[in-house]
Amino acid sequence: MSKLGRRKFLLYGSVGLGTSILLKGCASSEETSTSTTVDSSTGTTVSDSGGDTIKVGILHSLSGTMAISETTVVEAEKLAIEEINAAGGVLGKQIVAIEEDGASDWPTFAEKARKLIDKDNVTTVFGCWTSASRKAVLPVFEEKKHMLWYPVQYEGQECSQNIFYTGAAPNQQIEPAVDWLLANKGKEFFLVGSDYVFPRTANTIIKEQLKAKSGTTVGEDYLPLGDTEVTPIITKIKAALPNGGVIFNSLNGDSNVAFFKQLQGAGLSPDKYPVMSVSIAEEEVRQIGKDYLKDHYASWNYFQTVESPANQKFVEAFKAKYGEDRVTNDPMEAAYIMVYLWKQAVEQAGTTDLEAVRKAAIGQEFDAPEGKVKMLPNHHISKTVRIGQVRDDGLFDIVWSTEKPLDPIPWNQYVPQTKGYACDWTDPNKGGRYKVEKI
Amino acid sequence: MSALIEGLFNGISIGSVLLIAALGLAIVFGLMGVINLAHGELMMLGAYTTFVVQNVFKPLGEPWFELYILFSLPVAFIVSALFGLALERGVIRFLYGRPLETLLATWGVSLILRQFVRSVNWLLVISIAVFCLCFFGGMAILKRLSHWERIRNWAITILLFISSAISIALGFLIDRVGTLALTKPWFSARNVDVTAPTWLRGGWKILGFQMPYARLFIIALTIICLLGVYWFLNRSTWGLRIRAVTQNRSMSACLGIPTAKVDALTFALGSGLAGVAGCAVSLLGSVGPNTGQNYIVDTFMVVVVGGVGNLFGTVVAGLSIGIINYLIGSGTLALIFTSTESLKPLVDFFLFFATSSMAKVMVFAIIITFLQVKPAGLFPQKGRTAEL
Repeated sequence: MSKLGRRKFLLYGSVGLGTSILLKGCASSEETSTSTTVDSSTGTTVSDSGGDTIKVGILHSLSGTMAISETTVVEAEKLAIEEINAAGGVLGKQIVAIEEDGASDWPTFAEKARKLIDKDNVTTVFGCWTSASRKAVLPVFEEKKHMLWYPVQYEGQECSQNIFYTGAAPNQQIEPAVDWLLANKGKEFFLVGSDYVFPRTANTIIKEQLKAKSGTTVGEDYLPLGDTEVTPIITKIKAALPNGGVIFNSLNGDSNVAFFKQLQGAGLSPDKYPVMSVSIAEEEVRQIGKDYLKDHYASWNYFQTVESPANQKFVEAFKAKYGEDRVTNDPMEAAYIMVYLWKQAVEQAGTTDLEAVRKAAIGQEFDAPEGKVKMLPNHHISKTVRIGQVRDDGLFDIVWSTEKPLDPIPWNQYVPQTKGYACDWTDPNKGGRYKVEKI
Repeated sequence: MSALIEGLFNGISIGSVLLIAALGLAIVFGLMGVINLAHGELMMLGAYTTFVVQNVFKPLGEPWFELYILFSLPVAFIVSALFGLALERGVIRFLYGRPLETLLATWGVSLILRQFVRSVNWLLVISIAVFCLCFFGGMAILKRLSHWERIRNWAITILLFISSAISIALGFLIDRVGTLALTKPWFSARNVDVTAPTWLRGGWKILGFQMPYARLFIIALTIICLLGVYWFLNRSTWGLRIRAVTQNRSMSACLGIPTAKVDALTFALGSGLAGVAGCAVSLLGSVGPNTGQNYIVDTFMVVVVGGVGNLFGTVVAGLSIGIINYLIGSGTLALIFTSTESLKPLVDFFLFFATSSMAKVMVFAIIITFLQVKPAGLFPQKGRTAEL
């Protein structure tokens, strides 16, 4: 028996070893291939970096549930870096991107942020998607007085000196969407969201806004992340809105698929029950299936269908690099422009010194695919707001847009706790949260 | 009246999803006692199979594309069953009677499978195929040698290194010279879209509400699967053998029943049912690497509540958990009591739990309380049965 055990042990041990070597071989071949693309594009190798390169960190989930969304953002960031390098780099130096995987795990994000700052000595970090991951790395960046660029639309109620936000604040996405719905689609709202910080905060804002503008919230419900059983919610929607009404959807991830499939099955059609989503962009439409989403709405700052020379260039460059069948969306565009905004700030500062870049970043303007954007003293950017309707090919028809970029308001003015507060990092007396004097 | 029927229908439809997902596990965990944490990933394989079949049928045009779901059901069953067979032969059969190791090993398998669908491409498939060819081919040749038994360990070790070296070298080679088509992931980490054929979208309007066709389809499918499993276990020769092995393994072996074959078959059957369930849930939810994770807890819950080793218990447990979940989550329970003024606190209590997250909390609490009263589930096995 013992002999057999040893034999078996040897056998399984070697099988395990062999498999791990095999897998590692495959994995490392993948890694080398990605690093070679970066190298060839930057035209330099990491080893002889010396003084003629600038290191930046890219911190996103490359594995886990969020990898679906975050890998697309990484692609957009790498595209921007490649374009900048091809045009001569920053301050005459090539940018070298160091990628770290946050693995959809918030403590890992904090750990990797520390590693990028301490070990790799990066000059800035582009990263994060979920608010939870941003909240996890925030203390790290504040402690090290370092710099994070964050590309995703979020719930606001935050304004850190160490973060630049290039996604929409609530007043640049949610509030205009609610106003548009009130004017065009009805006054009764049912709010559906995933059960975590963004939808809950967003819905608090929506409820306050509806109260102020004579709309009504007829019900709200939250689905645990990843849950796919939405029958109880659909029953509640039907009970609360028997004659149709607006559904405001801030679900995230897999639940969206279940929601739209079952919504259609239950006979809640977009003409009577239009759904306005704030987490569904071109990429998600493809994954859910365009037949389920047709004629529903989404609110973003950017759609692939925006007509402008800058956007045409962006879409073409992206498709050329990643494939003709790919689509661009709002977070990708925000990720793309934040790299350019950082580059402009560094060039204006003439150095990668954090303090100087932070000062120089404010006021930077960029002709982005979505239109002109400008970094404001509250570390958020002005953005154009658009509402799109899903059409047959899975892209969006832009049915409404603001005439000019809207200035961001990070502290929400509908929520009593933050009403009357603002943020200004150019004035040392004001800082992240100060009370605005009544005029 | 119509509200009552609608409630019942919705509860049953939630329950049938739970039931079809748990049916395979009821066999694997219930009859064989294998804690298979990779059950969700077997469902995921079924869902991905549906996606592949859908894409194969897409170019065939209208009349065929409408029917792809009917073809994908058996294909999903076969794919998952074959994979389950390989899993049983390769891993689980060495771990019978050791639940803790099985737990860890199947968890590992589930991680591997999830990463596999994310990164699978032609390169990986070719490498694995070449490895298998070299390793098992070499073994088959070497086995003919007369002194095979003596050199066995050494031969296997050396063969392993040679075959992995060959496959890795080939992998690198293809990676260098090959086109993007070879290294492009088939599915990638993104979710894929499975769009139901038009006859499964929309619903049947009756009594003032709409029964979604997809739900009706799943209910019908669940019934068919249940009847099939019942017939197989109680009317066929192999079913008889499975039941015999479940009841007393050593006695069955003495009487000449090939227990190893029975184990493999049972596991394959359970895995195949997981594949069918994956095909069914792709009509309702998302298809991605994490699809299985959304169901695994619920399926174990159903089997444990129903009583391990009892299919009838699984049916009752699946349906009642579904109905309770719906009644609490949709606030129907709160509505029933609103008419009576004296029950006001009760209404408030149910209203508090009438959201999706809180309904889950309530259901879990009920189940835990229930298991305190009946630790072995609804229909516990009597006598000396599964001694695994």
